[in-house]
Amino acid sequence: MYEKDGEKYFIVDSHMHYWSAGPDNWVKGAEQYAKGWIECFHAYQSLGPQETHWPIEKFMSYTEDDLMKDVFEDGHVDIAVFQPTYLKEWYAEGFNTTERNAALGAKHPGMFIANTRFDPRDGDVGLEELRRNVERYGSKGVKLYTAEWNNGSRGYKLSDPAAYRYLEAAQNLGIKNVHVHKGPTIWPLDKDAFDVSDIDHCATDFPDLNFIVEHVGLPRIEDFCFMATQEPNVYAGLSVVIGGLMHARPKFFAKVMGELLFWVGEDKMTFGSDYGIWEPKWQVEGFVDWQMPDDDELSDYGKLTTATKKKILGLNAARLYDIEVPKEAQLPVVPSAREAQDSAQLVTES
Amino acid sequence: MSVATAGTTGWTNKVSAALAALATVRDPELDEPITTLGFVASCVVSGEGHAVVRLRLPTYFCAPNFAFLMVADAYDAVTAVPGVRSAEVILEDHFASDAINAGVAAQAGFVASFDGEAVAELGDQRAQFLRKAVMAGTDLVCRPLVAAGVTPPELQALTLGAVPASQELARLRERRAELGLPAGDDAPLLIDPLTGARVDEAQVPLHLRRARVTRAGIEANTSICSGMFRVRYPEAQTT
Repeated sequence: MYEKDGEKYFIVDSHMHYWSAGPDNWVKGAEQYAKGWIECFHAYQSLGPQETHWPIEKFMSYTEDDLMKDVFEDGHVDIAVFQPTYLKEWYAEGFNTTERNAALGAKHPGMFIANTRFDPRDGDVGLEELRRNVERYGSKGVKLYTAEWNNGSRGYKLSDPAAYRYLEAAQNLGIKNVHVHKGPTIWPLDKDAFDVSDIDHCATDFPDLNFIVEHVGLPRIEDFCFMATQEPNVYAGLSVVIGGLMHARPKFFAKVMGELLFWVGEDKMTFGSDYGIWEPKWQVEGFVDWQMPDDDELSDYGKLTTATKKKILGLNAARLYDIEVPKEAQLPVVPSAREAQDSAQLVTES
Repeated sequence: MSVATAGTTGWTNKVSAALAALATVRDPELDEPITTLGFVASCVVSGEGHAVVRLRLPTYFCAPNFAFLMVADAYDAVTAVPGVRSAEVILEDHFASDAINAGVAAQAGFVASFDGEAVAELGDQRAQFLRKAVMAGTDLVCRPLVAAGVTPPELQALTLGAVPASQELARLRERRAELGLPAGDDAPLLIDPLTGARVDEAQVPLHLRRARVTRAGIEANTSICSGMFRVRYPEAQTT
């Protein structure tokens, strides 16, 4: 629990990782992709404050002790949600698997939520694996990386029939939350791989699932906002927004926050540190201290209240994952999920 | 950017002309020239008129379709320079460098360069991002007008010719013209970027909101891309 000026903030880090990306885990013949991937992640870290940068060696292979210290001891996080990313074409044991996360989680009961993942291109075998993972790890959420390379394929869309089959199965297994991350390669390559319209279709067709769009659809924030404002079950995952902009480009951070608060609303925005890319400490402290600046260009954006920050930093994700929040960190009236959906400003075009 | 400066006058002129041509090539997603973004790593032109341009991008995994457009556009721009007889444009440090470089060199088009992985050329993509540029440009032009007290109905009635001249307005008109949208003095300031139709009065507030978020999205994207680029190529000159 983070405390500042007499206010208590229950922190849920709803998007973080425990990866293994050192050369010992690179697939032979695909080393350039494994290296390119982790170097790209490492460059993102440099958008945070200088004193939080790590050397690439540590960045590839941070330890359990690093994670526990950075996230919980120093980082103010109460509960962290593991979001797996497999990338087995490039990383032999996977970049960040359900099993690896859960093994760490098992050593620290009550501190982690282990999400799992699926890839609709894996057919019946993948469905069975999903069932096993949900059963074994009690996953309530999945992380989907639609740009993952798989056996010659360069990605998939969530509106593909195969993806629908998996979403139905996931829902039947008790999955509630679908975290979606887009990347640069989706077949066919001539289309915009970051296009979020497939999430729009799913959100309409699966009204009982919540779709948390990580990185708020970056680099397609505007498309994401138009979609989220019309779909009550679409959430804005703030990983990368806080980590990548709050320190490096404060003015653009202010604009993006202003837009998200307008289009998506404070009840549907969730904090995620994206650890190990960025440590949560500076993000949590910085966001609690942050306010919409007094600037002519930002004058039509509202100011943030303490309640807004509490929701974004933990209460919204606690609601999605049925996490019990200590009384002293609760708001006087916590809106139900349905109310939160309704509070989003619904803008429709005639 | 490293640019050779020695040589005869004609030779350096050719380099300057090639750089000027490259300055007309934009990152379609960020709507900025590749030269100011620092994406041109080097540009040399031999005495015989052979140009070699090296390009580099913010990450190893930048989207291959946009990367292809920039390499192909750079090739077209440089080969059109008087005195340049042949050109080679090389994208460096990218997961799809080989496919893109070979495809552009062979003038093969995107579909042939990514055999089996693409079904259409990139015209639609380009147009889609130009429409975003039009929306962002609309915010740039309208923001000062709104601040000066121009009301939504007045904005709706304004024509391009009635808006005070500015760089932002000129750029908006250019982007609209590229898309084949009305861009003359008598064209409405506020139009649907897909159809070119004047925006209805009732839709003006929403249209302005959309314009604003589109600009915020492009700016945020640009700031992350340039932040990543500076880490990858700390020695690069960007503006």
